[in-house]
Amino acid sequence: MSVMEGRTTSALLYLDGVHVSFDGFHAINNLSLTLEPGEMRAIIGPNGAGKTTMMDIITGKTKPDEGTVLFDGMTDLTRLDETRIAELGIGRKFQKPTVFESQTIEDNLLLALNVDHSVKGTLFWRGSKTEAERIDRVLETIRLTNARNRLAGSLSHGQKQWLEIGMLLAQDPKLLLVDEPVAGMTDVETHQTAELLKEINKEKTVMVVEHDMTFVRELGVKVTCLHEGTVLAEGTIDQVSSNERVIEVYLGR
Amino acid sequence: MTPHVLTRSLDRSATIFLVVVAALGVLIPLSNLLMPAGSALQVPTYLVALFGKYACYAILALSIDLIWGYCGILSLGHGAFFALGGYAMGMYLMRQIGSRGVYGNPILPDFMVFLNYPSLPWYWYGFDMFWFAAVMVLVVPGLLAFCFGWLAFRSRVTGVYLSIITQAMTYALLLAFFRNDFGFGGNNGLTDFKDILGFNVQADGTRAALFALSCLALILTFLICRAVVTSKLGKVLIAIRDAESRTRFLGYRVESYKLFVFTLSACMAGVAGALYVPQVGIINPSEFAPGNSIEAVIWVAVGGRGTLVGAALGAVVVNYAKTFFTSGPLAPYWLFMLGALFILVTLLLPKGIVGTFNAWRESRKATEAANAESAALEDGVGEPKPAE
Repeated sequence: MSVMEGRTTSALLYLDGVHVSFDGFHAINNLSLTLEPGEMRAIIGPNGAGKTTMMDIITGKTKPDEGTVLFDGMTDLTRLDETRIAELGIGRKFQKPTVFESQTIEDNLLLALNVDHSVKGTLFWRGSKTEAERIDRVLETIRLTNARNRLAGSLSHGQKQWLEIGMLLAQDPKLLLVDEPVAGMTDVETHQTAELLKEINKEKTVMVVEHDMTFVRELGVKVTCLHEGTVLAEGTIDQVSSNERVIEVYLGR
Repeated sequence: MTPHVLTRSLDRSATIFLVVVAALGVLIPLSNLLMPAGSALQVPTYLVALFGKYACYAILALSIDLIWGYCGILSLGHGAFFALGGYAMGMYLMRQIGSRGVYGNPILPDFMVFLNYPSLPWYWYGFDMFWFAAVMVLVVPGLLAFCFGWLAFRSRVTGVYLSIITQAMTYALLLAFFRNDFGFGGNNGLTDFKDILGFNVQADGTRAALFALSCLALILTFLICRAVVTSKLGKVLIAIRDAESRTRFLGYRVESYKLFVFTLSACMAGVAGALYVPQVGIINPSEFAPGNSIEAVIWVAVGGRGTLVGAALGAVVVNYAKTFFTSGPLAPYWLFMLGALFILVTLLLPKGIVGTFNAWRESRKATEAANAESAALEDGVGEPKPAE
């Protein structure tokens, strides 16, 4: 990992002048964005605005052509791979819920715990009481305690979304990237998810990508609207949703 | 590894498997050696050697199931590791011939005299010692798997592309070992073995002992595989199989896991090959043939991948069928039957024999539980149900 001389920014996540193109298509175009520690940020924008690509860049899946991506003011994320970035404390929930379907809910959380992830460590692993307690706590938070021994593949869509959020909690990252957490959820579930994310935000920095404007409004946090790979508007939900350009490209009249 | 780790959560099919293999490993040699020849209770020596071959194939099948069934790595070149282990053992057996060869050279094996080798090639040094050969049985396949895996997994070669390069690997080795100047007997390979550790390889006692050892190796391989797949590492392997990139984002170094399990699996295949060679009495380049590796994958598919017991069972069942059909008038059609078997299993029994059986048992258990529940409810009609 490359360590710069001291911190250059107070931000937990700092993106500056990031460019990515795939075969001439500019997915991300001079994107600059900062997230302060403890902040929760909602990212909105039309399809193809570069929301998921931005998460790919932050988590090391995609390397930017140019630009700076700093974590905690010191660590250059563009030089690290997915595993290293996850170890640093950046967790990610995917747009399509991705859980380990052929394993139990409990095992899904066990795999997510941020304990020794080496080959040797897992081969000779023996559960500890603290680990079991952490899993119990997460199960309670995501309300799946009674389903702990069921296979993750048997869960409903909404429950899978929650399990994946639970896996993020078990990972105990500093920064959570949450891609479309309420897609396919009922109104009640959406409301519960907003409450859950607010609860998580008391301790952690969160970035949420979401299309559901009711949900974004319920979160009540600063909103960034992306369009064609760059920031179109930033501010409170009211400011952003009254922005002419945002209405034109995203919200519609 | 502690005994606790080895015996952890032995389920019923695993216990049955171990008991059966152990019983055969003891009873077949005893019957062969102690019962009078020709008696109905005597297992003839040719059958002992045949069952010994099946045991070796079962070890190979387990090694494939470990990487394919649990980690999703479909190696179509595992026969190469099997053959390398076999060659390492074959080299020891060649050196044991000593001056009893056709040309009577005390150092050089016959084929080297025939091909005018001035002296023993450096890579044959040490193979006159059994311990050295035994170490090489593990090291050579393990090292090749490690180097191959290091390059392939770090570059994130997966799926069908990985399968294709494993085929290319075994094919390249086939061509290399066919060459006379490669130093391993070329086309003819290594044969005419006389002794192993001072015992005549043809003797009934040696064959019985080799069979018992093969069963022991099968049991140990099974226990090691089981220890790996029931550990937390096993859960990580399944996670990699089902959602590789998700596993990376959780902070697991996927390539290290694949490398570990691939290398371990290659060492197991090497042991299988080493036990196979003294029992069949020959090792030649045809063992590297891509078809052999594919056949071994079919055994695992037939038995049920990701079940371990199924892989071993599949190896025995398919090879028994092969022995049966290739010794009769249907012999020319064996490969067609094998292909048809693979298609049928893929279409009708995608979980294989053991996987299908497990699923059936589980669904029956679920139905029984549901029936018991509804019966309990009916019994309770009219009576106040006690609060739980």
